[in-house]
Amino acid sequence: MTVALSGKEMAGKLEAQFPASIIESSRASLIVKSEFLLRIAWYFKATPGFDFDYLSSITAVDYGNYFELVYHLVSLEHNHSLVLKTRCYERDEPVVPSLVSLWQGADFQEREIYDLMGIRFDGHPNMKRIFLWDGFQGHPLRKDYSDGT
Amino acid sequence: MALKTEHFVLNLGPLHPSTHGVFRLRATLDGEVIVDIEPVLGYLHRGIEKLAEGCTYKQNIPFTDRLDYLASMSNNLPYVMAVEKLAEITVPERAEYLRVIMVELQRIVSHLIAVGTFVQDLGAMGTPLLYMFREREKILDLFEMVCGQRLTYNYMRFGGVSHDIPDEFLPALAKFVDRMPGFIDEYDQLLAENEILLARTKGVGILPKDLAINISASGPVLRASGVKWDIRKADPYSVYDRFEFDIPTGSISDAYDRYRVRIEEMRQCVRILRQAMEQLPKGKVLTEVPLKLRPPAGEVYAHIEAPKGELGFYLVSDNSDKPYRFHIRAPALINLTALRQMLIGWKLADAIIVFGSIDICLGEVDR
Amino acid sequence: MAILSASPNSFSQLAVLSSDWPGGFWLHWVFFTVIILAFVLNTALIFIWLERRALGRLQVRLGPNRVGPFGLLQPIADVLKLLTKEDMIPAKGDKLVFWLAPLVAFVPVLMIFAVIPFQSGALLADLNIGILYVVAISSVAAVGVFMAGWASNNKYSLIGAMRDVAMLISYEIPIVLSIVGVVLITGSLSLTEIVGAQQNIPFILLQPLGFLIFFLGSLAESNRTPFDLVEADSELVAGYHIEYSGMKFATLFLAEYAEVIAMSALMTTLFLGGWQGPLLPPIIWFLTKVFAVFLLIVWIRSTIPRLRIDQVMAFAWKFLLPLALINLLITSLQIVFWPEASPWLIVFLNLVAMAVLVLSWSRFFRLGGERIEV
Repeated sequence: MTVALSGKEMAGKLEAQFPASIIESSRASLIVKSEFLLRIAWYFKATPGFDFDYLSSITAVDYGNYFELVYHLVSLEHNHSLVLKTRCYERDEPVVPSLVSLWQGADFQEREIYDLMGIRFDGHPNMKRIFLWDGFQGHPLRKDYSDGT
Repeated sequence: MALKTEHFVLNLGPLHPSTHGVFRLRATLDGEVIVDIEPVLGYLHRGIEKLAEGCTYKQNIPFTDRLDYLASMSNNLPYVMAVEKLAEITVPERAEYLRVIMVELQRIVSHLIAVGTFVQDLGAMGTPLLYMFREREKILDLFEMVCGQRLTYNYMRFGGVSHDIPDEFLPALAKFVDRMPGFIDEYDQLLAENEILLARTKGVGILPKDLAINISASGPVLRASGVKWDIRKADPYSVYDRFEFDIPTGSISDAYDRYRVRIEEMRQCVRILRQAMEQLPKGKVLTEVPLKLRPPAGEVYAHIEAPKGELGFYLVSDNSDKPYRFHIRAPALINLTALRQMLIGWKLADAIIVFGSIDICLGEVDR
Repeated sequence: MAILSASPNSFSQLAVLSSDWPGGFWLHWVFFTVIILAFVLNTALIFIWLERRALGRLQVRLGPNRVGPFGLLQPIADVLKLLTKEDMIPAKGDKLVFWLAPLVAFVPVLMIFAVIPFQSGALLADLNIGILYVVAISSVAAVGVFMAGWASNNKYSLIGAMRDVAMLISYEIPIVLSIVGVVLITGSLSLTEIVGAQQNIPFILLQPLGFLIFFLGSLAESNRTPFDLVEADSELVAGYHIEYSGMKFATLFLAEYAEVIAMSALMTTLFLGGWQGPLLPPIIWFLTKVFAVFLLIVWIRSTIPRLRIDQVMAFAWKFLLPLALINLLITSLQIVFWPEASPWLIVFLNLVAMAVLVLSWSRFFRLGGERIEV
């Protein structure tokens, strides 16, 4: 059984390392500030005991006043998982750091989020639309998207 | 004196017999050697994630059928699991077993097509593919018995499955399960020691273990790279903790290993089916669930080991009758991430078979 | 002109024609031209039907069975469909070359039949250099294929055409070397005499390795599985004829089947004793052998995957060529030093030599292919 690590406990461990980096933490997930995302992700990936070597899934949710990015991390070695989140309050030009440098599996998923949700990933090697064509206007998965009809 | 040569760009697809749908590979070639290759996606993008936000939870089940249309049963399962987790619905035991039976049959179907089209891509004019379609037909007959459909089943419901199995299903399944290992041996005889198949696939399209984990590969692609990771074992869902089965893995991580892993997995499916038939309890198959289901606000991620890899559904509910966010973690899309690294320096003909060995379904890649 | 000067000489020996045959040289010419055209066109239709039915059977399905009894009229329906199709020429293609290519591909293949004896004396021209003529003329068809690939202005067809030329150059050598063994035993290049020399023992027994090399080589020459890289439907969609439609496509398709017929007929003539056989009339024997060879080719097509281009090249140069040379050496030694030996002893020795050589060489030679650094 994959053990879901508690976001609250993780927050306690992170507090010393990265002060003031955590927005919110609960049993299910850990929400960090986007400027700390890359360093915290690196910490989770490289620290023995965590060894989150596998980035299972990335997705983004549009909550109206902010975007939330959800990272499902798994450690194949210890068989535990963690839901890491970050938020982006900008709406016109939202940018978060890309995790492609840590997990290449983020490549297509980040492009998909950029395409459908319009969040730009800083540091992504090939940040362009993946499903829709290049001249497409808007980002369909945003809640305020309208195709003009 | 060296001749001055130029690279040229070849578009493989979107309409091409070996791209398994509408997929485009933009290959830059130096003669026959691939210098650069870029997958171009989106020709089958239907915006299912957006569509699902406008439909009720129950209306979304048929959408999941149309993701990986070669394994519709496997797509139903993680979605209903996610909603059940969200709304805290319990599933009768008999329904859990039926789900396992259907999903394992579906895995055989999907792997049969994967191996068949893979060998077709190698140039074996249809014979292995048609042999595999022969067995696929029998499984589709079984599916038709339980839900009346042969491709998009829409069989699973929140709290169980739509129908109990008819009386003639179990004998037919028992007959199939008895004969299937013989058929798998037949495929092995035809293919596994074929000199040309070995020459074409051994050592081709190697995906090293580290890279496989790093690109979040899953399913047979990950296991062929030597990682013993199967969600049925690692994070057992439904009643998988009650069955005995092995996880076949590869060692060289090449196209041949991916082919072998699929063949061996079919044998394991038959093992699971045998045990599930023995243990199948009596009882009802569906818990009553309100038609307009309004799960409490919250979020959930449910994943299963689908034939092509880890298929996950991430749902966010705002306590309305429609999902607020409906995200699909598509294994086929993510398995494609390393295609470029696997192909550069190989020949054009290798591109086709490496691509075939990953086994994608465009309905799932593009959604 | 070798054909013209050779024909009158052989005319006097024609056995199938009655002695009071009224025509002279030109009538003979016209008669056999018509016969050959009819033979090639009809056999191609039958072959297409047979291949589709046989493939269907081998692939646990039925194959075409709707048009006419057993689907026999299916090829005719296909031809009618092709005749009525729009004939399209790519806008940026080379129109003249595009138009010429099917002809250049088809005519040389048809010309091969000029020297193939259907039965004793029944052939257009009994050339004394018959087999040399076949080797020379059959290579010209590749020019047609290359023209088709080039003029289509399509990348797939260009790759297909390039592969065809590369394969032709490579496989011509082992094919010719394996024919030389037969020629050494017969002491003649004339196909009639080669058949005549197989009165007692067909050359497939005397030259088993030669037959194997010739068979594999002709599979490659006629673009059949496992050497069908020129068309390679899973990679190049249709290869060199991807842009062709209508009658031009039909001609290219016909050229392909005519080449298979030619290769089957050549194998029959060179190695299987040609028209000779007990009881049945010679022409029936000839056709039976041609169809048997063709069915073997169909069987192979339904069973084995395709090789990659570098493997195909390696197979020709590293496997077939050395074996063909060794075969030639063994045959020459036998003829020079042991001309009086019992043929059955030679058969036994050659079969053993073939088994040893093929097994040991395939151990030593492995197909593979490594990644190329780019």
